[in-house]
Amino acid sequence: MTDSKYFTTTKKGEIFELKAELNSDKKEKKKEAVKKVIASMTVGKDVSALFPDVVNCMQTDNLELKKLVYLYLMNYAKSQPDMAIMAVNTFVKDCEDPNPLIRALAVRTMGCIRVDKITEYLCEPLRKCLKDEDPYVRKTAAVCVAKLHDINAQLVEDQGFLDTLKDLISDSNPMVVANAVAALSEIAESHPNSNLLDLNPQTINKLLTALNECTEWGQIFILDCLANYTPRDDRESQSICERVTPRLSHANSAVVLSAVKVLMKFMEMLPKDLDYYGTLLKKLAPPLVTLLSAEPELQYVALRNINLIVQRRPEILKHEMKVFFVKYNDPIYVKLEKLDIMIRLASQANIAQVLAELKEYATEVDVDFVRKAVRAIGRCAIKVEQSAERCVSTLLDLIQTKVNYVVQEAIVVIKDIFRKYPNKYESVIATLCENLDSLDEPEARAAMIWIVGEYAERIDNADELLESFLEGFHDESTQVQLQLLTAIVKLFLKKPTETQELVQQVLSLATQDSDNPDLRDRGYIYWRLLSTDPVAAKEVVLAEKPLISEETDLIEPTLLEELICHIGTLASVYHKPPSAFVEGSRGVQHKRLPGSAGSGESVDSPDPGSAAGASEAPPAVIPSQGDLLGDLLNLDLTPPTTTGPPPAPSSGMQLGAMDLLGGGLDSLMGAGFGAAPAAMPASFSAPVSGGLDDLFDLGGGVGMPMGAYSPPKTIWLPAMKAKGLEISGTFARRAGVIQMEMTLTNKAMSVMTDFAIQFNRNSFGLAPAGPLQILTPLSPNQSIEASLPLSTVGPVMKMEPLTNLQVAVKNNIDVFYFSCQYPISMLFVEDGKMERQVFLATWKDIPNDNESQFQIKDCHLNATSNKLQGSNVFTIAKRTVEGQDMLYQSMKLTNGIWVLAELRVQTGNPNYTVSTLIFGV
Amino acid sequence: MSASAVFVLDLKGKVLICRNYKGDVDMAEIDHFMPLLMIHEEEGLLCPVLSHGSVHFMWIKHSNLYLVATTNKNSNASLVYSFLYKIVEVFTEYFKELEEESIQDNFVVVYELLDELMDFGFPQTTDSKILQEYITQEGAKLEVAKSKVPTTVTNAVSWRSEGIRYKKNEVFIDVIESINVLVNANGSVMSSDIVGSIKLKTMLSGMPELRLGLNDRVLFALTGRDKGKTVVMEDVKFHQCVRLSRFDSDRTISFIPPDGESELMSYRINTHVKPLIWIESVIEKFSHSRVEIMVKVIQRKMKYRQFKKQSVANNVEVRVPVPSDADSPKFKTSTGNAKYVPEKNLVVWTIKSFPGGKEFLMRAHFGLPSVENNELEGKPPITVKFEIPYFTVSGIQVRYMKIIEKSGYQALPWVRYITQSGGKLLTQH
Repeated sequence: MTDSKYFTTTKKGEIFELKAELNSDKKEKKKEAVKKVIASMTVGKDVSALFPDVVNCMQTDNLELKKLVYLYLMNYAKSQPDMAIMAVNTFVKDCEDPNPLIRALAVRTMGCIRVDKITEYLCEPLRKCLKDEDPYVRKTAAVCVAKLHDINAQLVEDQGFLDTLKDLISDSNPMVVANAVAALSEIAESHPNSNLLDLNPQTINKLLTALNECTEWGQIFILDCLANYTPRDDRESQSICERVTPRLSHANSAVVLSAVKVLMKFMEMLPKDLDYYGTLLKKLAPPLVTLLSAEPELQYVALRNINLIVQRRPEILKHEMKVFFVKYNDPIYVKLEKLDIMIRLASQANIAQVLAELKEYATEVDVDFVRKAVRAIGRCAIKVEQSAERCVSTLLDLIQTKVNYVVQEAIVVIKDIFRKYPNKYESVIATLCENLDSLDEPEARAAMIWIVGEYAERIDNADELLESFLEGFHDESTQVQLQLLTAIVKLFLKKPTETQELVQQVLSLATQDSDNPDLRDRGYIYWRLLSTDPVAAKEVVLAEKPLISEETDLIEPTLLEELICHIGTLASVYHKPPSAFVEGSRGVQHKRLPGSAGSGESVDSPDPGSAAGASEAPPAVIPSQGDLLGDLLNLDLTPPTTTGPPPAPSSGMQLGAMDLLGGGLDSLMGAGFGAAPAAMPASFSAPVSGGLDDLFDLGGGVGMPMGAYSPPKTIWLPAMKAKGLEISGTFARRAGVIQMEMTLTNKAMSVMTDFAIQFNRNSFGLAPAGPLQILTPLSPNQSIEASLPLSTVGPVMKMEPLTNLQVAVKNNIDVFYFSCQYPISMLFVEDGKMERQVFLATWKDIPNDNESQFQIKDCHLNATSNKLQGSNVFTIAKRTVEGQDMLYQSMKLTNGIWVLAELRVQTGNPNYTVSTLIFGV
Repeated sequence: MSASAVFVLDLKGKVLICRNYKGDVDMAEIDHFMPLLMIHEEEGLLCPVLSHGSVHFMWIKHSNLYLVATTNKNSNASLVYSFLYKIVEVFTEYFKELEEESIQDNFVVVYELLDELMDFGFPQTTDSKILQEYITQEGAKLEVAKSKVPTTVTNAVSWRSEGIRYKKNEVFIDVIESINVLVNANGSVMSSDIVGSIKLKTMLSGMPELRLGLNDRVLFALTGRDKGKTVVMEDVKFHQCVRLSRFDSDRTISFIPPDGESELMSYRINTHVKPLIWIESVIEKFSHSRVEIMVKVIQRKMKYRQFKKQSVANNVEVRVPVPSDADSPKFKTSTGNAKYVPEKNLVVWTIKSFPGGKEFLMRAHFGLPSVENNELEGKPPITVKFEIPYFTVSGIQVRYMKIIEKSGYQALPWVRYITQSGGKLLTQH
């Protein structure tokens, strides 16, 4: 006989019948009735009306019946808080039952009844159970403390349960230790400042001992807890690593990943020249590879983490390329992840193998996978220069297959290859042109048009090709229209005689017949350029393009560090910091890797800013403070005279040396020190206000939280322009990560889904560090907050104004474009504090041409420097001279440019004068 | 830390049973799971983690069930998936099959197990043998069994109960190696690996201490011994019972075994292996009319190390994919049976016993409809399954199994070797 019979009673008046049976004298009948109640509960019927009757059955010596009643209680106590009190007595009694199973059951269930009123009655039984002689009861009681804390944290603290819990870390039973650790970690996670898990070498030692003896799950709790500890020095770090490595041989993948997390983190502290460091690296590879034979879901988690590990320490898996080859029967999510890792591991040594594989994948049937495989070939070409030729010929082979989406994808990546290796593979253009007619995707059409325009002088019939696109101009997507406009202008500049008609046609189409402001504006710009100064037009339109970067999808280093600390968790799967997807974790401290010790250099490329800053310091003579300050004060602070409008940016301008203060201050500084003396514009105030002014506003703000200043949200994309989608947003810098924070509101009548975001190239290489995570469809009239972490490793192009960011947002309806400006302060990095001496020396060394000066009104010096520090503007020195307060400050931008500033304030006058010196590194 | 709640759903997304462990995620959120899954499936972007607002679903599928864990925290995802698979393992051992019916038929035990397996999101006792000591399926027996304290639950040895008695003390050791070889259309080996596993069937009394000796090269190097063939194990994974720190320091595999059947360890070997069974195939597709298939199977000649005798492969199964619209099959085989399995689009050719050095041939002929199927079809590889007893490809050997119990009984270890295919794949043209 099976339990399924309990599900079958569906007669009317069932509740009454059950009530009667529950109150029956016969034990057996009672039990049957409770089972029926639970069965009803399981299928979702509301049986809360039976609460008193079921609770009456609680006092029984039948364990099975007791469990069922407890189960019922957990489900319904919250809806019947007053009656739940009826159960208290039995709990108290059961906690003293001679049978430890019952004691544990009572203490376990007690904590699951989330009714505030009864919690205080549970303290005494819990206290007893925490000291129970049976470890089974103690381990259950340990978890109960975490449960109670979740309901009433104050009560738990007042009752001293946290101390008892801490004592349990020294318990003789490993299971109890593991649960105590788990409970403490849980509590600490929700109260980040409680300093609960005050880990010291003694407790660490206890944990490591328990690690060898507890269950697989207990090992995970302990390992995850260990990962939060920061060893005092490299020796301690090594000894912990030595005791953790045996876990890599555990059969449970989760134990292995948690051990990997501890090792990856503590490894940071080991000097790289240490033998043990090498040994450890070698030990990590085999278990990571073995994770790929686990169940597909675990493989997926492992692969997402390996993706991080490969970025942080590529040496671990550099010889293991083969294991990431895709298997025929891998689920699609495993296939796509493997592909990603293959590209990351691709190097000159293994590229032949990789390409052979990728070519194979490109002939499979799964469209998404095939597309990604084709893209991967393009990425290999860009990453491994020696392979570029082979990649191109592989792509050509694929184009010959004439499979439509393969051809289109191949053309898109070939465009990138042309960008990376200009003037190298143009011989393939003819083949590409043959496929012109089969291209129906905007991206592929745009890529093809770009190629035709870029190499117009080598394509005999370039004008015919472009003309053929022009016929259906209005039906094309914006992307294609823009590209076509530019391509035809390029063509005209290269072959002016025969294409005059064509260019006029496209300009009139773009400016007169189009509703798209971007297209219109671009059309007008070209038109005016061409009509006023064709030579300048040539310089602008045919300017040499900056090289595209090798790997565009690398995770930003600080985020990567944080994610390494979260190996195995959802954060590592999403590649997003927990603050991005866990509610209420905004204030939580971001985890960081410990710094390296001893002779070990940092893994990151040495910070160019600080290194250069240091080398700029005068070699031997360090004058006394007074002298230096005197020198500083003698600096010529009068604004230089204007000598006309800023020249157009020269095409070869070094990207790192970028104008900081926006708008008019164009070539304020050239490459490095005084390389390009430039004219100073007349007015400073307007462009500056976007960035620094906002910062200084802080001086007046009250009660602003510390941390980087973030301006209030403004509407970037009005609903009218975007078919009902309204986007307002702002930028913020949180724990070293630039966040674009947006509110998306659906003001249309239909649901919006499939959001995605892209940035145009911009001055500081800002790019989304991950996809835009809007996971739920956006219903009409609904708003959603989205926070997009940004990296600064994207492609760079100077924008006008400097902090302008052009954004494309896509949803299921259309693609929308808008532009916004970010406060420059977002780009100030955390290590922008310059050594005082270096500051003084640098200040002197920077040519006056690099200086600008402006006034800020209505500011209050007090507390300003603290506030500024929150935004990574560091005050180096403060001085009062001749009734003027002077503040000297340094900040460093993400692209390594330093800015030094002097704030002068006349006592009693709330206006500031700011002198800014900039130098690039 | 891990799961807020665990749900078991049927294929339509209806909740069969669930357990709320933490109460921080609304139980009604599960209603979003199935629509979300379907959206992702349609887009071909299936993913083991789905999220809806601030709720994240981590799920696995088992027969006609979905097991789903919800959370709104930064949970340890690998722990959650391991745990979900553990639930499947425990339920399967309890109910033989884990499927919709077995959940309904045993809902009381399922609730009890869910209560014992996890507490407040922390997995607890998940060893089904131990659980069976105090959560039994027959209510009547409960009273007696359950009044006892479940010492094993909290023992350092949480996988073996005390007081086990056997008349005859024996332990059976199976060394099973699966070889995976991927051969491309040109006949070159793309990848090959060996995954081995050592399984125990322990029938020993008391709390015996066991030590297993293998011809492990690292061990031999450590002890300075240098005779006979040794094997390099790339990575080794052990059952809970093996003392990992001991293995880490001196490569000793020492443990107190769980009672009955268990997998003691698994290992991976990277050495290049030549395929034991080789396949040559010619598949000719004449569009709109027919497909002709010719497959030749050859077994390499192998000698057993232990005794000089030709190897025999048993239960050889060659699976050849055919187009989904093929019909009217005709077969000719030089040995064994060929069968058409239309639901899997396969021809399965079975050979019960296949002596080394021999080769066999199969021809198949299928008709194709004149109206062609427009859908692109994948090109699945030809796979071969087989078993070769008394033989391991890697040459791994059990050198000794020491059994020490304080009562001092004599126990006999028995060792068996077998090599299987883990699915040899041959990419088609």
